[in-house]
Amino acid sequence: MTTRIVELRRGILKKNDELAAGLRASYSAAGVLVLNLVSSPGTGKTAFLEITLRELRARGARVAALVGDLETDNDARRLAASGAPVRQINTHGICHLDAEMIGKHLDGWEGVALGALDYLFIENVGNLVCPSSYDLGEGIRVALLSVTEGEDKPLKYPTLFNSADAAVITKIDLAGPCGFDRELALHNINEIRPGIRIFETSAKSSAGIEEWLAYLAEQRANRNA
Amino acid sequence: MHELSIIASIVDTVTESVAAYPGARVVEVRLRVGALASVIEDSLQFCYGIATDGTPLAGSKLVVKILPVVMHCEPCAADVELEGLQSFRCPRCGEPCSDLRQGRELEIEAIEIDEVEEAV
Repeated sequence: MTTRIVELRRGILKKNDELAAGLRASYSAAGVLVLNLVSSPGTGKTAFLEITLRELRARGARVAALVGDLETDNDARRLAASGAPVRQINTHGICHLDAEMIGKHLDGWEGVALGALDYLFIENVGNLVCPSSYDLGEGIRVALLSVTEGEDKPLKYPTLFNSADAAVITKIDLAGPCGFDRELALHNINEIRPGIRIFETSAKSSAGIEEWLAYLAEQRANRNA
Repeated sequence: MHELSIIASIVDTVTESVAAYPGARVVEVRLRVGALASVIEDSLQFCYGIATDGTPLAGSKLVVKILPVVMHCEPCAADVELEGLQSFRCPRCGEPCSDLRQGRELEIEAIEIDEVEEAV
């Protein structure tokens, strides 16, 4: 009997990373800006996406959304009211979306071609941990945090906030009643991801939405320049 | 809790790799896991015993090496190791750092196998 060490140096998520690289190339070829929205359950991803889809459509942008949940198509039905094509992905117990699920749901999505879209939004499963490991080929990863969750969320979940390209604070209309410490929240986000763009929004009052839409347009223009 | 899917992926990769060594027994699987990889070692170990049962990895040991986060600090012109995950600032000069050089790794570094020597 001899003992042998076999060097592998293989990425455990290599299959996902390769699929994500393929998706990224197809998004880029199609000129569509893809955003991956990640937060805890209850942060208000769906409400934020509802107003985003509605406002973008009102400005003539071509938008679509994929929405992940363990079960139900409730979110897809809510979002479809905006008039945008929406497809639900049910993961049946899996705590995150992966590149394979995205690829499968983009293939054969009747009436939706990447080349005919300006923006594709992916609403991830409500979870602040697992989605951060899975690249979906997105151009922008957005971490969302509501004023009701506590200012230390970024410190508790640094892996997600550190991998995000933009941060969105939701439900700022509730900041007063919740005793939300805005300065502290901004400070904590910046400690984990220095220099990140932060949007302070309310889907109810539309606060911060104009600024968010301007950012989207600017990011899309930069990428397609 | 996606540790189970991570272990399943390890089982696939290792099973594929040991196929090149007929009759070999997997003794140890060594991982390199960055501190920002969103993976908990205890959960990995817990899932490992269950998910390797009935596979060529059954009975093997999982060794997890955690890699600290390393950032590149512009003002110091150096790669610096962070002490924790609560502040992404250079521990030397205190400036914020956004250029990550290590910390997201999630890979199988190597496997140790026992090979049956062929009779001469």
